[in-house]
Amino acid sequence: MNVVVCVKQIPDPAETGSLNPDTNTLNRDSKPILDESDSYGVEMALQLVEAAGGGKVTLVSMAPNQEQAGLRTALAMGADDAILVSDEALAGSDALSTAKVLAAAISRAEPDLVLAATESSDGYTGTVPEQIAAVMGLPSVTFAKSIEVGDGSVAVQRQTEFGYDSVTCPTPCLVSVTAGVVEPRYPSFKGIMAAKSKPVDEVTLADLSIDPALVGAAGCGQSIVQVEEAEAREAGEKIVDEGDAHERIIAFLEDLKVL
Amino acid sequence: MGISSIWVYGEVVEGELSTLTTEMLAKARTLSDQVDVVIGGEASDAVAATAGAHGAGTVHATGDLGAGLQGVHVAAAIAAAIEAGAGPDAVLAGTTYDGRDVAARLSVALDAPVISNLVDLEVDGDALVGTSPIFGGTTNVKTTFTGGSAQIALIRPKSFVAEETSNGPAATAALATADCGAAGAAEVVDRFVEESDGPKLDEAAFVVSGGRGLGDAEKFSLVEEMAQLVGGAAGASRAIVDAGWVPYSSQVGQTGKVVKPDVYLALGISGATQHLVGMKGSKHIIAINKDEEAPIFGVADLGIVGDVHDVMPKLIEAIKARG
Repeated sequence: MNVVVCVKQIPDPAETGSLNPDTNTLNRDSKPILDESDSYGVEMALQLVEAAGGGKVTLVSMAPNQEQAGLRTALAMGADDAILVSDEALAGSDALSTAKVLAAAISRAEPDLVLAATESSDGYTGTVPEQIAAVMGLPSVTFAKSIEVGDGSVAVQRQTEFGYDSVTCPTPCLVSVTAGVVEPRYPSFKGIMAAKSKPVDEVTLADLSIDPALVGAAGCGQSIVQVEEAEAREAGEKIVDEGDAHERIIAFLEDLKVL
Repeated sequence: MGISSIWVYGEVVEGELSTLTTEMLAKARTLSDQVDVVIGGEASDAVAATAGAHGAGTVHATGDLGAGLQGVHVAAAIAAAIEAGAGPDAVLAGTTYDGRDVAARLSVALDAPVISNLVDLEVDGDALVGTSPIFGGTTNVKTTFTGGSAQIALIRPKSFVAEETSNGPAATAALATADCGAAGAAEVVDRFVEESDGPKLDEAAFVVSGGRGLGDAEKFSLVEEMAQLVGGAAGASRAIVDAGWVPYSSQVGQTGKVVKPDVYLALGISGATQHLVGMKGSKHIIAINKDEEAPIFGVADLGIVGDVHDVMPKLIEAIKARG
């Protein structure tokens, strides 16, 4: 069974983000890392391929530059290879054009199953996985808690507001995976060494026969008109617990008439 | 000029329109004179009554979707209506499991952009302008549509206040479904409802949330016990959802639920921007954290620099003692 996992290389969320004042897009100057949200999909893919007794895990990602640091992390976990769509014209792409580009790259791998996180940790539009499925004409199940591979189909537990739905879906299909449902393995030293020589197929928009005018800032169907500071919330009282802080909390709640 | 018609994707929960649907209707009414609801399923009298009372003229209903998923089938039906010239200028959907699917599928069907995570909407000329919070809600970005045959907007819960009108029930109209082919082949075979006592996380007046500072998964019981004592709901930071301690549905934050309770009690949560954007609209915030530099103190009305394992058992005992 061949599984494609969509992964994104993002600025480290622990660092304070900033916007480029000219383009109003996120500054991506620092060395990107693998979005932690994607590590669950990578782990899920590795487990499914192991359970199927064969096949491979291919990563698909896009970046305006040739950045690969995040991909190497996922390769070190055990993914077999990667397709990186890398083209300057991709800068400023919105969710829809991102989905079109990824869909074209994914098709090259002819997967039985496409996995993605439910949303990235930087842009967090949360629409790209389902848009990819729509572009490819595939059925999909979003917000999976678990996936079981059957004969020509997958059985998915889909998170709902009140529990979960059991959903069956014929393959090929796309499934988006919520965080925390599997424990991503740490790359071993051997894995890290092996990842250095795993194949990363760098493709351009021309390789995918995509018109650069339809993606990136040029093909974006939305534009940022204003960026402003949000109203800040004032910090209140801060005390150090000396064994009686619970009394202060009780008094606070009494004032609010909650107690 | 202006937006001549808006359809709000209505989600039906236990036979009723969801609160988020009525919140979106309240805003939509200020943006356009013609506001309708679209649902995947049968339009019951209760749904038509609620939709009408919140200002919708018509409920467009696909009829029973059987085992089919909402996203792909509802989007195909809306797209067909728009392509036939019988649809709206703009579609609003909630940032929910199904709402995001509808918006995403519709976007591809119409080759139209989606603007996501909106907490406010206004009209400028013929286009909607949406406001979304970034960097943990410290910065607001306004985005407008520049192309596409429809404007698709995803709205975060609790951005607007639902408001009833004196209107009677909405009219109902059948919305023709479209053949989705292979893309529509996923089927719901069973639904599991996890029983839980107390209010829902996004509706509770008191939310108690736990984070990594709890130390280990078992200590989440402190959060649950406190929530139960005050008649509230238990929530979680992304860190402990990622760690598998609690399910995704408990997550408060950018990639989780938005809560605005009267009181938000954060236990061992550092206050990453990811978390703050989901809870800083709470009326009153109390935070307990060992690290006096934790960013959560920047938004807390009452900050306790201390160990949740010391403070919470005493607090729980003291509240119990009050009876």
